Amino acid sequence: MVMGHVDRTLVRDVAAIAAASSVIGASFGAISVASGLSVWVASAMSVLVFAGGSQFMAVGVVAGGGSPVAAVIAGLLLNARHLPFGLVISDVLGKHWLVRLIGTHLMVDESVAFALAQPTPERRKAAYWLCGGALFVGWNVGVLVGALAGTALGSPEAMGLDAAFPAGLLALLLPSLTAPAKPPNVEPGTAEGGGATARAQDARAAAARARWVAGGAVLIALATTPILPTGVPVLLSLLALGLVLR
Amino acid sequence: MTLLPILVLAAGTYAFRLAGPLLSQRVQVSARVQGLLSLSAIALLTALVATATLTSNGGFSGWARPAGVLAGAVLAWRKLPFVVVVVGAAGVTALLRMSGVS
Repeated sequence: MVMGHVDRTLVRDVAAIAAASSVIGASFGAISVASGLSVWVASAMSVLVFAGGSQFMAVGVVAGGGSPVAAVIAGLLLNARHLPFGLVISDVLGKHWLVRLIGTHLMVDESVAFALAQPTPERRKAAYWLCGGALFVGWNVGVLVGALAGTALGSPEAMGLDAAFPAGLLALLLPSLTAPAKPPNVEPGTAEGGGATARAQDARAAAARARWVAGGAVLIALATTPILPTGVPVLLSLLALGLVLR
Repeated sequence: MTLLPILVLAAGTYAFRLAGPLLSQRVQVSARVQGLLSLSAIALLTALVATATLTSNGGFSGWARPAGVLAGAVLAWRKLPFVVVVVGAAGVTALLRMSGVS
């Protein structure tokens, strides 16, 4: 039933981000093996943690001489944002408890962003599962290939993939931050027209609130990044909600 | 790294992921709170975009990456397909790096 709400554009968009994630996964696999993890430990970590940023972080901390405890704490700080994500996308996980538990594991930045960019609940659900599932497969296949091939594969930086992810997230966020520029062309005074105008005004007001929050979040995160551990600035950005609380 | 820290990281991450769905099953949230929750996701994701674009290891990332993201942003703004945005951003950054911009 979910598949009925998947269109070709969504499949293509998800495939693009899954392919990019696969290449970055390959570099994670290669880096992990180079810093002493066995192929199967690198793969097990990717299947069980399934959060790329925290995986790079944890392996990097240990490779840099840090303790495993420091690595776990750094990774968990980075992943704490999944808690508020879960509150927002809880509805896409469905009713059955086993399905919910599986869907919970597919919660990553991209699947959340794809879901939020959809106009209807059905499409939200389809986008979340499609993106989460494709990323899970893409990421883990990439990690395994990279761990086996080692550093023979090119670096994701040379391919510019570190720019692909923020650009993709930004593209998914843009519709929430921008409202239809003009109110729809309707006859003033009719009941129908009045309702449409009110809806357009609501949409513009919501987009304006979202822009305030987004702007504040960017400032908070960038200002605190030099002085706080990775992951904390993104969490602190939640304080930007204060800009729209009354 | 041994398996134990990996398992702890995996369990902790899953707990963060699970907490949201569990909480929202138990607490009935009003439309206003639901709106604030959506805004909180927007805050987190834009903060993530900003830090992933401009910083690496607590410092400035160099110009190649933000230039690529900016190109992607322009493409997204002009309503080009998502694939074009992602490939365009990566392409600009890759070309800049190829020509010596870090």
